Amino acid sequence: MSSSLLRRIRIVFSTLVFIFFVLVLVDFKSLIPTNYINALMFLQFVPSVLKFYDLKVLAAGGFLVIILLTLITGRTYCSFLCPLGIGQDLNSRIGGRIKKKFRRYGFKRPFTILRYTILAITLIVTLVWGVYMITVLDPYSIFARFMTYFARPVIIMINNFLAGILGKFDIYTLSNVPVKGFPLIVYSIPVAFFILIGALSLTKGRLYCNMICPVGTFLGLISKISLFRIKFKEAACTRCGRCAVRCKSSCIDFLKFDVDITRCISCFNCIHTCQDKAISFGIVNIKKKPHVTDENKRKVIIGSLLLLFGLTRVAKGQEKTVPKPKKDSTVKENRTCPVCPPGGVSIEDFNKDCIACSLCINICPNSVLQPAYKQYGIAGIMQPVMDYHKSFCTYNCTKCTEICPTNALHPLLLEAKKLTQLGKAKFIKDNCIVKTEKTACGACSEACPTKACHMIPYEGNLVIPEVKEDICIGCGHCEFACPASPYKSIFVDGNPVHVAAKKPENVQSEIKTPVEFPF
Amino acid sequence: MKRRDFLKTSIGGGMAAGVALKMGGFGKLWYSAPPVAKYDMVAVMGGNPDAMFDLGIQELGGMGTFVQKGQKVLIKPNIGWDVIPDLGANTNPLLVKRIIEHCFKAGAKEVYVFDHTCDNWVNCYNNSGIEKAAKSAGAKVVPANSESYYHQIEIPGGIKLQKAKVHQLLLETDVFINVPVLKDHNSTRMTCCLKNTMGIVWDRGYWHSNDLNQCIADYALYEKKPALNVIDCYNVMVKHGPQGVSKEDIVFMKSQILTSDWVAGDAAAAKMLGVAVEKIEYIPIAHKMGLGNMNLDALNIKRIKM
Repeated sequence: MSSSLLRRIRIVFSTLVFIFFVLVLVDFKSLIPTNYINALMFLQFVPSVLKFYDLKVLAAGGFLVIILLTLITGRTYCSFLCPLGIGQDLNSRIGGRIKKKFRRYGFKRPFTILRYTILAITLIVTLVWGVYMITVLDPYSIFARFMTYFARPVIIMINNFLAGILGKFDIYTLSNVPVKGFPLIVYSIPVAFFILIGALSLTKGRLYCNMICPVGTFLGLISKISLFRIKFKEAACTRCGRCAVRCKSSCIDFLKFDVDITRCISCFNCIHTCQDKAISFGIVNIKKKPHVTDENKRKVIIGSLLLLFGLTRVAKGQEKTVPKPKKDSTVKENRTCPVCPPGGVSIEDFNKDCIACSLCINICPNSVLQPAYKQYGIAGIMQPVMDYHKSFCTYNCTKCTEICPTNALHPLLLEAKKLTQLGKAKFIKDNCIVKTEKTACGACSEACPTKACHMIPYEGNLVIPEVKEDICIGCGHCEFACPASPYKSIFVDGNPVHVAAKKPENVQSEIKTPVEFPF
Repeated sequence: MKRRDFLKTSIGGGMAAGVALKMGGFGKLWYSAPPVAKYDMVAVMGGNPDAMFDLGIQELGGMGTFVQKGQKVLIKPNIGWDVIPDLGANTNPLLVKRIIEHCFKAGAKEVYVFDHTCDNWVNCYNNSGIEKAAKSAGAKVVPANSESYYHQIEIPGGIKLQKAKVHQLLLETDVFINVPVLKDHNSTRMTCCLKNTMGIVWDRGYWHSNDLNQCIADYALYEKKPALNVIDCYNVMVKHGPQGVSKEDIVFMKSQILTSDWVAGDAAAAKMLGVAVEKIEYIPIAHKMGLGNMNLDALNIKRIKM
């Protein structure tokens, strides 16, 4: 086919995919049903591979579809389905508007050694050690983190601004959502990648995809034997070179009538741009520029740095102060283990399967899932961890377990989740308001959904908390509600392996329905 | 008239009108003293929440006793927990709905409903059935999940609580109707009228850590007091309160108490729950501070069985 229809199809399709991805990842009100999200995640290469490895069922075999697609049409995935790739195309367009030079690509030699080394190291690390390098390099996860860490707070701030204006007119359809920043350290990787990928795509098209991205390199290898490719009609070609200039992958050597198929992402721009109709996409028979720095590039880099760090500052600044009790609590919480999200089964399992895409962090209605910075060790950076100082796990909710694209969080039925013990509440009497201030409190037991945390008689008319660990599910509502500061008087110590909690027993009250007023 | 003059005049006029309205009490131009209720308290037993309210408010002289034409009304139920209505952790949605209907019948301009929830607020508003019920009656259901909705107020005379941040709608409305649900409470023994105000303030952690009972009583000093308290004693959580674990915690009491005196309301509620009034520390404290009367014998109470 030599019509530019292919390119139009690509643009429409990828735009839809991109919009859907952005919507899912900035959807701070969980409006999008989880089965839609799961459908979208099915065709994401790395998550699908990991899910398949975990479940070993064909229903998780989205990556097989992609391999098949690559065998037939080459790296179509990179142009049509990869949100990071589509996002880069968008950024390249912006780059092209800013400066003519940025939209003139031209043929360049591939970074063969670099890209195959990265792919090899990633594979070895993943097979021998775990998902840690994939976490950093998986394009879907990178994109998801950009959305979670940078776009979402902006969207929420816009929402809050609009909600404020509507509120003035007595309209409450939009509600204010408190913006909660993450620990600064977890921004480091997303910020670094945002700058790297942003700068490369702004000025050099798909260089990141063809130099660093292990998925791109891997699919490039497969596409060496793909069926459909870009091909030249040598007789019709006037060697104008337009195709090479327009090629985002810099992979067309028009003088030799050669397209580097390992780098071609099937964007069809060359077909569109060729005035001689000498380029087409079909079944095939079957092959450089210097580098200068300039001031604009520097400005872009500095600008994005400022923007990104500024943003995290703003997000931090929106956190509200918590009221403090009169006396400081004195006993430090002795945490032996972090609390990993429901469905994680065990911290070890969870750490092995999670690629820190942050989808669950996005979808959590209570924002209790926070990116870890040191809780799981350096390798688990950005993986979700339950932060009970920020929030608590809603008793009637299984959202995070439903959407995990790699099955690091296994789906849990609500009844099962309500009996899954993520950790155990530990009471520190010496920090408790009831003991230190000799006044009533009970915030922890009030919040407890199973009444594992309940009150027992203390001095005089006072009551003080006690924990029945066997029915505690580790939801952290007690810890969140506890007003003691700086150390809580009740906290959840994580279970390295999640266990089943006992179902709370309850007996019918002895009080009878009254027949007369007791007053 | 030149366009410029026209603009000037209309802006001026608009501002004048705005200021006049802002100066407040536009409604007070037609103000007449509200009729005084016949009883200090009306207690109803044996009907559905809405039917009991119809009867109770009628005995108090109708909603017109409390709500004047053109006024804005705040109805503050308990929507604290992500629990279905049958489990009695939140105010009965039927009751909330009927109160709103009465307010509009009495000529209320606008009725607002909110609560600063303990569980996730979207789930609470939704699963309590209150959001749907209130909206169907024409009320505005307002979020209270963010500090930005709250304003600082002073509570002169408060012993532990001298300052609090309250929801802006408490300040912007003319009439406050308190609609608590009677429940057991793990720490204070009971939650009802006075304790329901913890859903109006933002920083209730402060209350918990600075003598909860005294703070509850202190807040009742604040000038914006409820014109009417409607206590929902339909499904009463008698243990494991205030959240409850299962339906075994519930006693079907099928009752309702209406009163303007929230200390009296709490004293009567304590009796319903079978707890000595003195055990619920904030009631005697509030009584001593002159915020109401906990001696029910001294009150003119109308008791109705349906």
